[in-house]
Amino acid sequence: MKKRVVITGMGVVSSLGTGAEEFWEAIKSGKCGISRVTKFDISDYPTKVAAEIKDFDYSKYIDKKEAKRMDRFTHFALIAAKLAVENSGVDFEKEDSFRCGVIFGSGIGGIETLGDQHSVLVEKGPGRVSPFFIPMMIPNMAAGRIAMEYKINGFTECVVTACASSNNAIGDAFKVIQRGDADIIVSGGAEASLTPVAFAGFCSAKAMSTVEDPDNACKPFDADASGFVMGEGAGAIIVEELEHALKRGAKIFAEIVGYGCTCDAYHITAPHPEGLGGIKCMQAAIADAGIAPEDIGYINAHGTATPVGDPIEVQVIKNVFGEHAKKLSVSSTKSMTGHLLGAAGAVEAIITSLALKEGFLPPTISHHSDVPEYELDFVPNKGRNADIKYAISNALGFGGHNAAIVLKKYE
Amino acid sequence: MVLEKVKKIIAEQLGVEEEEVAMESSFIDDLGADSLDLVELIMALEEEFDIEIPDSEAEKITTVGDAVDYIKNNT
Repeated sequence: MKKRVVITGMGVVSSLGTGAEEFWEAIKSGKCGISRVTKFDISDYPTKVAAEIKDFDYSKYIDKKEAKRMDRFTHFALIAAKLAVENSGVDFEKEDSFRCGVIFGSGIGGIETLGDQHSVLVEKGPGRVSPFFIPMMIPNMAAGRIAMEYKINGFTECVVTACASSNNAIGDAFKVIQRGDADIIVSGGAEASLTPVAFAGFCSAKAMSTVEDPDNACKPFDADASGFVMGEGAGAIIVEELEHALKRGAKIFAEIVGYGCTCDAYHITAPHPEGLGGIKCMQAAIADAGIAPEDIGYINAHGTATPVGDPIEVQVIKNVFGEHAKKLSVSSTKSMTGHLLGAAGAVEAIITSLALKEGFLPPTISHHSDVPEYELDFVPNKGRNADIKYAISNALGFGGHNAAIVLKKYE
Repeated sequence: MVLEKVKKIIAEQLGVEEEEVAMESSFIDDLGADSLDLVELIMALEEEFDIEIPDSEAEKITTVGDAVDYIKNNT
């Protein structure tokens, strides 16, 4: 018999605040987390804005010596995980450590460390490259560090599927618990690719918006959609077997009921022109949940605001939902958070869970010009109350990766 | 002078207070270092004192005193 799986804790590190509560308040009020980049000199870059976390201080959460041996993406991951664990009330000392796991994603891992150490190599030679370079850079170190922090010995891995990473991580965590191989998994994703070389790479790929006004740079599903805006940070959730959660009196944010995962197998960065992989992915997630497309009331879209990606996602939604597409609501919360790449699925799962729990649809902000042929409700500019039972959260990544999770209001 | 500089580097690299760093302190047993910390520490000393410490010599440096003596004898 399949186990039921619920979300019992959440933590966020983002430009819109630290902790799920502060983050959710910002999302509900339609706050934009995008601003001019200050982390490095942006003057030679065509893109000027990002959802940058300013004045980030990890010292409240991480020991100084250990923090020096972690990349920024691991700082984000570990802090989000700590906030989620605290939020859930789980005491890992009382759990069977081999029944607990960590499945945590990152699209890129420690690319700041890679850049720094490459400079050391060029300037000072190979003998000065830090012995901590490799363990700081590798993308699985977020999962490893979280496991070390809580002495978690069970199913632990890192998913790297670009911008689908943390949706895959959460989907995998759901499946591991559903089949009975773990009781609790710390899941989610972290990204810290706001570094000179990574930013330059995304600029060269012509994927990012070059609009300088932070309030109009990221416009998903808008006629003036001009590209994505990079975000940074982490989202962590506590994924738990229902009976286990009930036994310890945990609060439950939402139930995870379906997971779909496909690959376009078409192009390294562009989605399949008819959205073939995306369609099959959403259909698989809905079938896995044992529901009909008409049961879905809200879609947290991938919606990165690229002129190539948005129309294809709209096409995918229309194909999967038919007439029902016009009745459900779709929003891209990336209009507020920026695109957290490998952490996007995690923060969006948090948003979607709270949307179900509180009966509130988060908006797509900076939305001023409709594309007439889209014909969908994007919850433009202002969120609103709506009692939704099922929602789906999409994530698509370079490499053709598609991942969708179906969440259900817990009742 | 050498001792003061060495103490400062050790405190910074290993995240300990300078007062905890004594000549007889063992990096691993007293100051909580692991093998990667030691590699990084040796690099920092090489950089500060503009010396090269061969691996065969670095292996013998296990206490603060060992490091100070090595630097005094090789600068």
